[in-house]
Order: sequence, then C-alpha cells, then structure tokens
Amino acid sequence: MALALGGYFSSASNVFTGSLVNLQTWFSARFVALQDFFTSPRDIASLRQRNAELEGELAELQAQVIQLQQEVGDTQILAALLDFERARPENTYRPAAVIGRDPSPFLHYVIINRGSNDGILRGMPVVTNQGLIGRVDAVIADAARVQLITDPASSVNVRLQNAETEASLIGSVSGDVTLDLIPQDVNIEQGDLVLTSGLGGGYPPDLIVGQIVNVRSRDFDLFQQATVQPVVDFNRLEVVLVIVNFQPVDITPLVPAP
Amino acid sequence: MRNLIAVPIILLVVILQSAVISRVYLLSGIADLPLVMLAAWALQAEVDSAWHWALATGLLVGFVSGISWIVPVVGYLAIVTLAHIFQRRVWQAPLLAMFSITFLGTIIISLLSLAVLRFSGVSLPIGDVLGFLTLPSVLLNMLIAIPTYAVMRDLARWVYPSPEAE
Repeated sequence: MALALGGYFSSASNVFTGSLVNLQTWFSARFVALQDFFTSPRDIASLRQRNAELEGELAELQAQVIQLQQEVGDTQILAALLDFERARPENTYRPAAVIGRDPSPFLHYVIINRGSNDGILRGMPVVTNQGLIGRVDAVIADAARVQLITDPASSVNVRLQNAETEASLIGSVSGDVTLDLIPQDVNIEQGDLVLTSGLGGGYPPDLIVGQIVNVRSRDFDLFQQATVQPVVDFNRLEVVLVIVNFQPVDITPLVPAP
Repeated sequence: MRNLIAVPIILLVVILQSAVISRVYLLSGIADLPLVMLAAWALQAEVDSAWHWALATGLLVGFVSGISWIVPVVGYLAIVTLAHIFQRRVWQAPLLAMFSITFLGTIIISLLSLAVLRFSGVSLPIGDVLGFLTLPSVLLNMLIAIPTYAVMRDLARWVYPSPEAE
C-alpha cells in the first residue's frame, strides 16, 4: 500500500489498465457490430424513411447551391459591367441580357431583351466589360438584334495601338476575325492591341477589339493580313451593354455609286 | 380549328431554335429545328396543312433572323414539296424519307443562304461554308430527325384522329 501510494507501481498499473481498456474496446466493438447485425432488420423501414427524407433534403440543398452559384455568376458579371461603366463616364450604357442567337448558322447575330422602349436605336454600339462585340442591327419594341463583329458581313474600322496604323476588321463564316488593308510598310507584331478607330462614324473610337495572333505578309500582295483573337468570348455572351448616347453617322450618301 | 395548333407549335419551335438550338455548335454548324419539324409534319399522310405551316414558319424565322426572309420562306416551301414527293414514292419507309428530306433540305437552305448572301455582297468561301457549316448542320439535323419525327407523328394522330379511333 505504501509503495502504491508512493507511485512505485504506476508504470505497471498503466500497462494493466491500458490492456484492460483495449480488451474492453475490442469486446464492445464486436458486441455493437453483432447487435447492429441482429437488430437492423427491425430498423430497415425507419432507416429507409430517414434515408428518403435525407435524400429529399440533399436534393433541395443541391438545387439551392446551383441557384446560388448562378446568382454569384450573374453578380460577378454585373459587377464587372458596373466597373467598366464607371471607368468610362463619357458613355451612357444600357444593360441587356442575351436571349437568343440567329436561327441561321450563316449569320452571327444575338438577340437582346432591350428595344426601342428602352431607347435602343439601330446602329448603336454594343460592348461588354472586355470590349466591343458589335452593333444594333434591328430593333422592335422590347428586343433588338445585334450584329457581332464575327459576322461575315461585319466590317469595323480599327487601328493598331503599337503600329499607329488603321485597318479593316472583317468577320467570317467560321467566326474568325481578320485584319485586312494593312499597308505593307507597317511593322505589326503578334500581341499588338486592336482598337476601334472611329473612322466612318460607325463605332466610337478606342474600344478594345482584340489582339493580333498571326500576321500574313506576302511580297506580291498590296496589303498585309492578320488574324485577330477577340477579347470577348462570343460563345458565352450573357449580359451586354448598349452605348445609347452614341449616334452613328450614316455615310451611305457619300459613298460613290458603282 | 385544328389549324390553330400551328400557332403555339411554330412559336415554340422558333423560340427553341433561337434560344437553345442555336447555341449548340458543331464547328460552325447548328441544327435547324423548324426545317426538321416541317419535314416530319409534311410526311404525315393525314396532314393537309403543311404548306400553311411552311409559310408561317418561314415568315417568322425571316422576322427573327438577320437573313432575308426569302431564304426561309422559299426553303421551307421547297422542303414541303420534297416531302410530298417522297411521301408518294417511298411511303413504305417513312424514316428513310425523313432522312432524305432532312439531308436535301439542309443542302437547299444552305445553297439559298449562300446565294442570297453573295448577292448582297458578302464574301463567303464555298469550301469554308461546306466544311464548317453545311456538313455539321446536316449531321446535327440527322441527329434530331428521329425524335422530331416521333413527336410530330403523335401530334398528327392527335390533331387528325383516324375514323377507327373515333
């Protein structure tokens, strides 16, 4: 007793009690497993019911997560557009959602949910926070059709930021955009930024269009050509901004008849 | 009265085409649901209103699309004509007729679009149009041909019930 009270048996006691606890744990685990095995048939109905309830709750929560993710995505897009609008106070913007695309694969148009009732007029430029996407081609009361810069019939007067030269940006049936009418003596390089020039009055100047990714220059050609990577992903257009205070200039009467 | 069913169906199909189908690309090609729907409708033996459907669908697509209204109107009327010709000649194999009309109809619409756009001054290389646009569109139209035919067959039986069923 005196030795025990003095702590001389503590290590032997620890070994003994530890072994006992481990043994009891082993027996307890086996017993609980056996008990579960023999009693589970009685609980199957309640477990199934509980499982169904939990699955229902899980489905509801998953639906909420998807909805919230969608709302977060929309909020991010709207925040980016708001930043873009604040950075350019000289323009007045009207936001619009893209609600459809042209039924014909030959044309690259989108349909937006704002029309003449919202002050949208034909010819107004349309942008996103990343850059230019096109201009309004047709308007009805509550919707408008926008011709994208990738459309084969689209032509935008642009300038190269580094080369200080002007050129014409044209679309194609495959959705690629190319720069044409670049003088041969101009030195252009991959990565040069392409901006609207404002020439012709169809678009306001200095809107970002894209970057040059490939240059094609041949000695026997009058002009160089370049492939442009647009800054906007045209397959993922959701919300756009229409510049409503820009009045396009119609230069058709000035163009000589053929 | 039974012709009034055309209004919601055509509206729904054109909305689906613009809002959903036009966003599903294969290269630059997309499926043409109004074309396939009209082909399937015109192939139903009991249907006698396919011309009206083609005209209404063509005008509506021409209104929504940036392309001239001539293309969808003439194209869809040509598809109904083709369907009536095929219906008489290969009436024992409706699915074969459906695939043939879908194939030929897509080619016709592509050629019409190409001609109208070239006439209006848009430069379109024929090789690009064929490779990037027409052939993928043919494939996508073939994919939706069978389900669309099944839906339109059921719709035709509902709108034009046979005397035995009545």
